[in-house]
Amino acid sequence: MRHIISILIENEAGALSRVAGLFSARGYNIESLTVAPTEDLTLSRMTVVTRGSDEVIEQITKQLNKLIDVVKLIDLAEAVHVERELMLVKVKATEGLRNEMKRLSEIFRGKIIDVTATSYVIEMTGPSDKLDAFILALDEDAVIEIVRSGPMGISRGEKGLHL
Amino acid sequence: MELSGGEIVVQSLKDEGVEFLFGYPGGAVLHLYDAIFHQQEVKHILVRHEQAAVHSADAYARSTGKPGVVLVTSGPGATNAVTGIATAHLDSIPMVIISGQVGTPVIGSDAFQEVDMVGITRPCVKHNLLVKNLADLAVTMKKAFHVATTGRPGPVVVDIPKDITDPAIKIPYIYPKEITMRSYNPVVKGHSGQIKKAVDLLLKAKRPMIYAGGGVILGNGSEELTAFSRLLNYPVTNTLMGLGGFPATDKQFVGMLGMHGTYEANMGMHESDVIIAIGARFDDRVTGVLAKFCPYAKIIHIDIDPSSISKTVKVDIPIVGEVTTVLKEMIDLLKASDTKGDQTALESWWNQINKWRGVNCLEYDRDSKLIKPQYVIEQLYEVTKGDAFVTSDVGQHQMFAAQYYHFDKPRRWINSGGLGTMGFGLPAAIGVKLAHPGADVACVTGEASIQMCIQELATATQYRTPVKVINLNNQYMGMVRQWQEFSYESRYSQSYMETIPDFVKLAEAYGHVGMRIDKPEDVRPALEEAFAMKDRLVFMDIMTDRTENVYPMIEAGKAHNEMKLRVAPGTPINRELA
Ligand SMILES: Cc1cc2nc3c(=O)[nH]c(=O)nc-3n(C[C@H](O)[C@H](O)[C@H](O)COP(=O)(O)OP(=O)(O)OC[C@H]3O[C@@H](n4cnc5c(N)ncnc54)[C@H](O)[C@@H]3O)c2cc1C
Ligand SMILES: Cc1ncc(C[n+]2csc(CCOP(=O)(O)OP(=O)(O)O)c2C)c(N)n1
Ligand SMILES: [Mg+2]
Repeated sequence: MRHIISILIENEAGALSRVAGLFSARGYNIESLTVAPTEDLTLSRMTVVTRGSDEVIEQITKQLNKLIDVVKLIDLAEAVHVERELMLVKVKATEGLRNEMKRLSEIFRGKIIDVTATSYVIEMTGPSDKLDAFILALDEDAVIEIVRSGPMGISRGEKGLHL
Repeated sequence: MELSGGEIVVQSLKDEGVEFLFGYPGGAVLHLYDAIFHQQEVKHILVRHEQAAVHSADAYARSTGKPGVVLVTSGPGATNAVTGIATAHLDSIPMVIISGQVGTPVIGSDAFQEVDMVGITRPCVKHNLLVKNLADLAVTMKKAFHVATTGRPGPVVVDIPKDITDPAIKIPYIYPKEITMRSYNPVVKGHSGQIKKAVDLLLKAKRPMIYAGGGVILGNGSEELTAFSRLLNYPVTNTLMGLGGFPATDKQFVGMLGMHGTYEANMGMHESDVIIAIGARFDDRVTGVLAKFCPYAKIIHIDIDPSSISKTVKVDIPIVGEVTTVLKEMIDLLKASDTKGDQTALESWWNQINKWRGVNCLEYDRDSKLIKPQYVIEQLYEVTKGDAFVTSDVGQHQMFAAQYYHFDKPRRWINSGGLGTMGFGLPAAIGVKLAHPGADVACVTGEASIQMCIQELATATQYRTPVKVINLNNQYMGMVRQWQEFSYESRYSQSYMETIPDFVKLAEAYGHVGMRIDKPEDVRPALEEAFAMKDRLVFMDIMTDRTENVYPMIEAGKAHNEMKLRVAPGTPINRELA
């Protein structure tokens, strides 16, 4: 099953490599990983998307918790949560394509954030499968470049992942 | 007090009560070595190879329970230390390894003798730390000792760039007495509800087994384990790392379990209905093939590290906690309980176990004209009255030492179990002897292993550590040869050496006593002579039966009840006489 694990980790040099190294050394699957400092500058928050049986996920969370720099973590699959991913897509927007691109982007609630005579950059957020659907809807030849952040997640309700 | 970085490191070692610093100098640690020069409290032990520094400090830690401390220079000094660090990591040994690093301004520029020590050691340490500011140095040292010695112990590397130890820059020295880290809070006390459940299950058992490991030694829990086991009168088996955690001469002890464990221990595990694992990690050398492991048992597991629990074998009652604390709570519950468990079932279980014991799985040919390695260990046991510290290398000799030297006390059996590092034995013996100058220290080794850190014979001369090297010389990498005999139709590919040095002359060249023993009747007197030489290192080159194998053995893919025995039960041991 797919799990999103959110990790609060000391914002020290090498924190990222400790987490990434753990996944590769133990042969755990890693689909995406995002990391940025939090409102508390001494902490970073990482979001790891991984897949595995219950036993494997249990080992992953135990092994992550065992890293000395990990302060706290939560497996969002165990909580009601929302998740979002950010994507930027650069598409061809030449004469015949411009309107079509604009319309498609609107349907998916994208925003065009850069415009040239021949291209658009479309910004889109949403659950990952919505972003996948948008890519499928695009004509392959029209896509110049895609960049995705990987999903981030947060639990619903008033409780938060804090110290 | 204003101190330079180099002085801060040395002062922090004093504040931690460090007796010995095992190390080797080089460019990046020259400031540090200058600070060492100016004091006497921390004794520096100059080894002949950095790997040995780590092994010596590691064995010092194993034999005392105090952290072992190492100092190496950057680059090659640091990489030479890595095998030792990994060895300590896999056996959860508390250590602090200080490595020099190139100056902060040049880090990342492929500077002279630069390696990314934090990166290289990340997968084989409990934690590592790079000191980037002088102001952080004292706190970082404290953190290193704190992390290394608490929770599940392990090695911690502190990488210190040269400019941090600059003698010209001094700052006030404050060493924290205590430290708390918000990200690191090891559990001590076990969950009382789980402990209660475990005791209930234990008292219902009909065929119980106590399977105790290295965690009992690491957590100083032997007394509690012994009291707990005696209250229950259940059979006790130890892992290789747990030997000495329960007295081997006790009638409840059924020997080591696992690949080279006894018939009674492995059969007991296989047939058991309730197993309590205490500070043991279900290693593959112990379990054999997982699908056939302990098919009838409910399993209780006490371990301080949650990730050890249900890692390979799913357990029924997990208890995360410190071994002594949890066992004490169990002892109290057992004492307070009005039931004593099923005594009739226990009696027939002991009858069964005693039948298995009757197979005499460790019996060997005592009439052989050749020196049997088992015989040497038995004689070693008698000559040292079972009270020596025994270090070992890796191979058949290691297994013979584990099987035939009956350890009654914890921290007496010092070996590399998890990584299985050849070269460990001699530097380990030196570390132990420094910690226990009055005790007998024997290094049981093989002619291949000993050559991996033989240079430490010079360290032993310099620091007058009169250990006894028991070289079980079978002229083969015996353990490798055994596997080749069993699984590769005796194709002995590269498992023997064309040239083996004259160990007697070699020992003498280093200033020690060398002995060569090639007749069984000479073994005992030679051992007596060697151990009577209290102030000399004696290298005993003992020519043993070249073809001897370690039995019992659970081969790959086999279960505990499918052991290969030396002879089928009931057949005479000596093939020629039979
Ligand atoms: C050639 C060779 C052959 C071998 N054959 C065998 C064999 O036949 N049988 C065998 O047993 N081994 C054998 N080994 C050793 C094997 O590889 C493992 O090292 C060993 O089995 C592990 O022992 P352990 O389970 O006691 O764990 P250890 O490695 O000692 O781990 C200790 C466990 O206790 C926990 N712990 C630590 N401190 C505490 C505390 N204070 N409280 C609670 N828990 C704590 C840790 O978290 C860990 O889970 C062999 C090794 C070699 C090199
Ligand atoms: C550093 C290292 N290299 C290789 C091995 C693999 N290995 C395990 S036992 C062994 C042979 C050991 O031979 P010896 O020291 O003579 O001991 P014996 O088995 O003959 O008693 C080897 C090569 C190892 N454990 N460690
Ligand atoms: Mg040999």
